[in-house]
Amino acid sequence: MTVAIERPSQAQSEASRTSSSPSGTGRYAIEADKMSVHYGNFCAVRDVDMKVPTNKITAIIGPSGCGKSTVLRCFNRMNDLISSARVEGEVLFQGQNIYDDEVDPVEVRRRIGMVFQKPNPFPKTIFENVAWGTRINGFRGDMDEMVEKALQSAALWDEVKDKLQQSALGLSGGQQQRLCIARAIAVEPEIILMDEPASALDPIATLRIEDLMKELSVKYTIIVVTHNMQQAARTSDFTAFFSVDDKRTGNLIEFDDTEKIFTNPSQKSTEDYITGRFG
Amino acid sequence: MGQLLRTSFVRELETLQTDTLMLGSMVIQALKESVEALRHRDMETARRLIKEDEVINKRRFEIEADCLRLIATQQPMAGNLRLIAAVLEISTELERIGDYAKGIGRIILLIGPETLLKPLVDIPRMCEIATDMLQDALDAFLNQDLEAARTIPLRDDEVDALYNQVHRDLIAMILEDPTLIDRSNYLLWAAHNLERAADRVTNICERIIFTVTGEFIEFDMN
Repeated sequence: MTVAIERPSQAQSEASRTSSSPSGTGRYAIEADKMSVHYGNFCAVRDVDMKVPTNKITAIIGPSGCGKSTVLRCFNRMNDLISSARVEGEVLFQGQNIYDDEVDPVEVRRRIGMVFQKPNPFPKTIFENVAWGTRINGFRGDMDEMVEKALQSAALWDEVKDKLQQSALGLSGGQQQRLCIARAIAVEPEIILMDEPASALDPIATLRIEDLMKELSVKYTIIVVTHNMQQAARTSDFTAFFSVDDKRTGNLIEFDDTEKIFTNPSQKSTEDYITGRFG
Repeated sequence: MGQLLRTSFVRELETLQTDTLMLGSMVIQALKESVEALRHRDMETARRLIKEDEVINKRRFEIEADCLRLIATQQPMAGNLRLIAAVLEISTELERIGDYAKGIGRIILLIGPETLLKPLVDIPRMCEIATDMLQDALDAFLNQDLEAARTIPLRDDEVDALYNQVHRDLIAMILEDPTLIDRSNYLLWAAHNLERAADRVTNICERIIFTVTGEFIEFDMN
């Protein structure tokens, strides 16, 4: 059985402020509530309470193995694709636990899109890369218009408008990544998850992606995992710092305004990490 | 490539510049009002200026916090880094000039409503030159105008000359009638505040030159 998840509205939950959410925000796009992830017997992430503000960029940082990508994948059930993975606790999207039995993971992934580290366009034309997702979702509007709008939003239109029928694989790495972002936003998600979206790109292409993220955050909630602390500092509104305990289990240490995290963090281990004392 | 890659950061730098200019305007206004209040022994304005200095101080701390945030989060380089470093210095100079206006406000309260020892001529002229210098320095900061930043400090000589004139006049009065020491001193303090204000405009010009060229220079007004 498939349960439809409500579209966001003004009536969306006005959750009260807790230590798991940064200050000054009212609405949350997604909330992890005592979320733990196991791979077989190994506990990768334990008891994450995290309320991600709507229409903001939230960065997840931390040392290797702290569970950053694991947490990100939980937000759109990508961990379902790993057979040994088991998620406990709840991940609330518009008040609905996305791990409830009746929720359709495909619908979850449409509403909560993902952009990966390595640009992964389909071996098809630029046009088809953007059109494909909406077509299988039964889109019946003006496809040309929809593709142009998505490419405009991804700041790619001017560079590709004269070669829409050429293979996407002929684009540069940075262009391919922006095409993947266009593909993700074409299906009109509410949240875009980004897993190291610029780590395979050169510095100029990286800055373009970062600037694009800022533009997109007006309309979408963005959660980005990055091992590049400076990138988190530059781009995000809020930063979540994860660390590992002695059992190599990831824990959320601190989640606050990015400015606070990078100028005056509350936790010593956050300070130690961002000042390069460990990690 | 010719295209702006960090539009939001560039916007933030522009906001930082605008905030600094607004702080400068507040300080100019305060200094002008302080001398006008001195001229009329306007106690009410004097008290207001003392109170309003808190707003200037608060704005300066906000600018400083913005600078630190941008350094911590945006990794500014080269000209951008110099601009932020200059704003940290310039906002401090502005805040101190604001203190001079507050200082004149306190002097007014000390003098009280009694008639001044001598008609105010040189002190308002000092204020006029100092505030013109500051306004021009703010314009030079906005436009990154190297030429202006190099010539504005030359006008400090005029302020110094006026200060020396006030100093001589008041010392002569004291020598003539030592009971006037306190009242002379009050006016001398006011003039000294204005002389220092112009010196700080010179410091601001040094920072503008640093922003544009990366060179640390110091104007020797002697």
